[in-house]
Amino acid sequence: MPFIPHTDDDVRDMLDAIGVSSIDELFDEIPAELRSGGLETTPEGVSEMEIARIMQERAAQDETRLCFAGGGAYEHHIPAAVWEIATRGEFYSAYTPYQAEASQGTLQLLYEYQTMMASLTGLDVSNASLYDGASALAEAVLMAVRANRKSKSKRILIPRTVHPSYRKVTRTIVTGQGISLEELDYDRDSGYIDPASLPADPGDFAALVIPQPNFFGSLEEVDALTDWAHQHNALVIAVVNPTSLALLKSPGEWGTEGADIACGEGQPLGAPLSSGGPYFGFMCCRQAFVRQMPGRIIGRTVDLDGKEGFTLTLQAREQHIRRSKATSNICTNQGLLVTAATIYMSLIGPAGLEKVAAASHVNTISLVEKLTSLDGVSKVFDRPLFHEAVLKFDSPVDEIIQAMSDQGIVAGIKLEDDYPELENCLMVCATETKTEADLETYKENIERIAVRQMSC
Amino acid sequence: MSNVPTELRYTKTHEWVARNDDGTLTVGITEHAQGLLGDMVFVEVPEEGSTFGAGDDCAVVESVKAASDVYAPVAGEVTEGNEVLADAPETINNDPYGDGWIFKIQPEDEGEYNELMDSDAYAEMIAEEEH
Amino acid sequence: MLIFEQSKSGRKSAAQQPAKLVEVKDIPEQFRRKSKPLLPEVSEMQAVRHFTRLSQKNFSIDTHFYPLGSCTMKYNPRGCNSLALLPGFANRHPLAPVNLSQGFLSCMYDLQEILKDVTGMKEVSLAPMAGAQGEFAGVAMIRAYHDAKGDTGRTEILVPDAAHGTNPATATMCNFKVREIPTNKDGDVDINALKEVVGPQTAGIMLTNPSTLGVFERKIKEIAGIIHDAGGLLYYDGANLNAILGKVKPGDMGFDVIHMNLHKTFSTPHGGGGPGAGPVGVSERLIPYLPVPLVVKNDDQYHVVTEKSCPDSIGRMSAFFANSGILLRAYIYARMLGSEGMNRVAEYATLNANYMMKKLSDAGFELAFPNRRATHEFIVTLKKQAKELGVNAMDYAKRLLDYGYHAPTTYFPLLVPECFLIEPTETEAREELDGFIEAMKAIQAEAESDAGKVKGAPYTMPVKRLDDVKAAKELDLTWSPVEQ
Repeated sequence: MPFIPHTDDDVRDMLDAIGVSSIDELFDEIPAELRSGGLETTPEGVSEMEIARIMQERAAQDETRLCFAGGGAYEHHIPAAVWEIATRGEFYSAYTPYQAEASQGTLQLLYEYQTMMASLTGLDVSNASLYDGASALAEAVLMAVRANRKSKSKRILIPRTVHPSYRKVTRTIVTGQGISLEELDYDRDSGYIDPASLPADPGDFAALVIPQPNFFGSLEEVDALTDWAHQHNALVIAVVNPTSLALLKSPGEWGTEGADIACGEGQPLGAPLSSGGPYFGFMCCRQAFVRQMPGRIIGRTVDLDGKEGFTLTLQAREQHIRRSKATSNICTNQGLLVTAATIYMSLIGPAGLEKVAAASHVNTISLVEKLTSLDGVSKVFDRPLFHEAVLKFDSPVDEIIQAMSDQGIVAGIKLEDDYPELENCLMVCATETKTEADLETYKENIERIAVRQMSC
Repeated sequence: MSNVPTELRYTKTHEWVARNDDGTLTVGITEHAQGLLGDMVFVEVPEEGSTFGAGDDCAVVESVKAASDVYAPVAGEVTEGNEVLADAPETINNDPYGDGWIFKIQPEDEGEYNELMDSDAYAEMIAEEEH
Repeated sequence: MLIFEQSKSGRKSAAQQPAKLVEVKDIPEQFRRKSKPLLPEVSEMQAVRHFTRLSQKNFSIDTHFYPLGSCTMKYNPRGCNSLALLPGFANRHPLAPVNLSQGFLSCMYDLQEILKDVTGMKEVSLAPMAGAQGEFAGVAMIRAYHDAKGDTGRTEILVPDAAHGTNPATATMCNFKVREIPTNKDGDVDINALKEVVGPQTAGIMLTNPSTLGVFERKIKEIAGIIHDAGGLLYYDGANLNAILGKVKPGDMGFDVIHMNLHKTFSTPHGGGGPGAGPVGVSERLIPYLPVPLVVKNDDQYHVVTEKSCPDSIGRMSAFFANSGILLRAYIYARMLGSEGMNRVAEYATLNANYMMKKLSDAGFELAFPNRRATHEFIVTLKKQAKELGVNAMDYAKRLLDYGYHAPTTYFPLLVPECFLIEPTETEAREELDGFIEAMKAIQAEAESDAGKVKGAPYTMPVKRLDDVKAAKELDLTWSPVEQ
């Protein structure tokens, strides 16, 4: 029997000890009419060898040769040690560290993680993770409404340059509580929120969301936007890419006072692309708001002998104690991914993260230059950017995407579904994993496909 | 048996209430209540000027393993929150009826105070709870 | 020692990063970071050794019996992990075009089908990333359903007082008022109390069955009738699905919507706190509101369906495709178990729990519900020990660590004083269960002869009992170099 250790003798002895004659008798409190006739469509069990064959065949269908898509999920090199250690059984198969004395490994790691994230974002404190970048933004919005003592407003300003999926997820999660999300449109030439376009009298609002870099890769005027929001008694929620923070100003340094909450997608820190998950959402904030922060938080303390130790703290905010008045319903988070991220950040260090960020950026700039040297390809926005750019093609992007994927190449992300004004635009990203030859391959394929399209 | 001062009034939700000379009421939680909660780690006091109906939650007392709302015993406007508690929440454990007071409230209707439980009724209530 | 305390400026893991720092010329100074982030500067071996050593300070399923009630800490098959990380899966971008996605999508489609079969629901969405998100999706669908009918007066969600804290927290997030329903002395919902509070304001009820008290809610059909007659819907919290896998289908009990915790029932890793995966299943009438994405199969091709073709959907819950890699692991596990294997999960989980319950009862431990069968878990109450010996459930829990066993869930459910919620799972051998029972007996003897010894436990862990009050009062949440 897969994963069940019992021998026939065990079963007999155990039933005797209980005082019943069969396992079935143990289900005698379940009304007979509810007992199912068994499963109908589920296939019979297979061995590990058989499922390995099935999964290998399926995985082979998806084999990607080169990936130039980003859009919130980036292919970075993951040091071998990251997952070798993260999947050690002691990390992989432990749970939430409720018994602190028997969980010091996970707890200390999380304390180190909190330190790293707080420093990257330039804020005071971090939680131990949320589900992903999108749901982290949703939680940040709920938190900002709770935390803003200067405004009772439930109105949130959110630029259209925030990842479209993040806006959708936030809508799903927060609208039930009467929070309204008001979108700010972007400058068509530069793909950013022009501070000059902000209303002089925006009315009462709880928070402004500021993405950096924004979904298009463009850099926002974070200082001006932050100060504008603070002048209107609103909080600032930063949505940031952690890799970028090796190069770009941290949210804590934005404007005169800094952002109040920073959140984002942790995937670039050691998580494989893996079709979209599991990733992890991170969230940091100023000390003053820590009791409004959702999720687990780890604190350092001492034991009975005065020896340093780590424990879950501020638990009274959480659902298992505060129930209907909790800061969030979150229980399980993304611990395993945080384990990987902490190991990643330790291996890569401050210098390594800067190299990764710089190489990814310079590769993307180089790819953009190569492609825009071709006829029929142009760069859409003229703003400074970080490691991602929007290109416009004279020919239909669906055909380009299709033709490239026939070569095992993911060409980029089509934008017009979420931005109808960006017809035939493709967003591209070339991380540090791409070589000069890879960039040339992309260019040659575009040349070939575009030529073929023109000759049709 | 926990201490239930006779000069105070009480609520079912374990607040004590003292009437001050200026007509305001001082509110805290009883010795019995702080004992149930254990070591206080955080207290959120209401802001001066905020108004509440009788029975509204207006403060939070938090220990390591529990968080409990503190309810307004009467309708009114908060005139003062106990700032000491921000840095020294344990004051509630050490001196629940004295320095551990939580807020002062100006009642809308002075009559509401008289409807609160007296010390005998409260002592009886907690004695029953323990059974 | 913290990793930061091993850090030395200029040291690095050179092989793991790009060879050189390329110059970035096109990002203006005003956007640039000024301060160096506080990340460790260590060699590869220092990092490997540090985190390997940290791992050794953990209890885990792979190293210890971990009978944490309500969490289903069963063995996580290694094959599920390695196959989910095959390069084709691990390197697939979430927005890869459809012809580089058929392998992944076929697994997701098949998993949806298996979960439909297991739950008896009409349709399944894999979108929620954890149990609590599944709950959110479920309650949001209940709201959407009533709203679509113009039935906006339904403002209350009923929750038994024994429920997981996530239930009331979720109902609040969906802007419902929570009404608690009491439990009777045998652990069933108090039907009379239920009848009193049900009405036109009732949007629905959230139930776990078997309940968090480790017993099967016998009157579930009657409860379903009462709620449905009042126009409300029934939500099934799948936290305890392991107990009835293949035996009872929540759809047959009358539930309209259910979430499953794949990190419990389908053995995906708990990972020191997550990730989870909380797919939802629904009855016919809630299908339009399912969260997206969904996977459909047309002409032997698999496609992702999004909000575009599901206008009534409650929407997206994640940036891409939920915790996809976890869903893959669950799929692999489900295929290895197969239909007959799933039946056995419930059978052997129940056998193990009833065996432990009987043995502990024989040893003198008091059961919370002595007249009931255990499901996959059961509750022991140590209130007598707390009163007579001054040794409480937390003391027993800490002492168990010294005996090499992770403690059961303590102080939950809140209804039972000084409780242990014990869930052995089907993957534990009888010898392990016997060992735990012997440890409980030994601790009982210690508590009777030398209470102080138990109250001072643990003694063999990396730290002794921690000062939680200090941790919460003097918040120390990040390390800072000025301490050096």
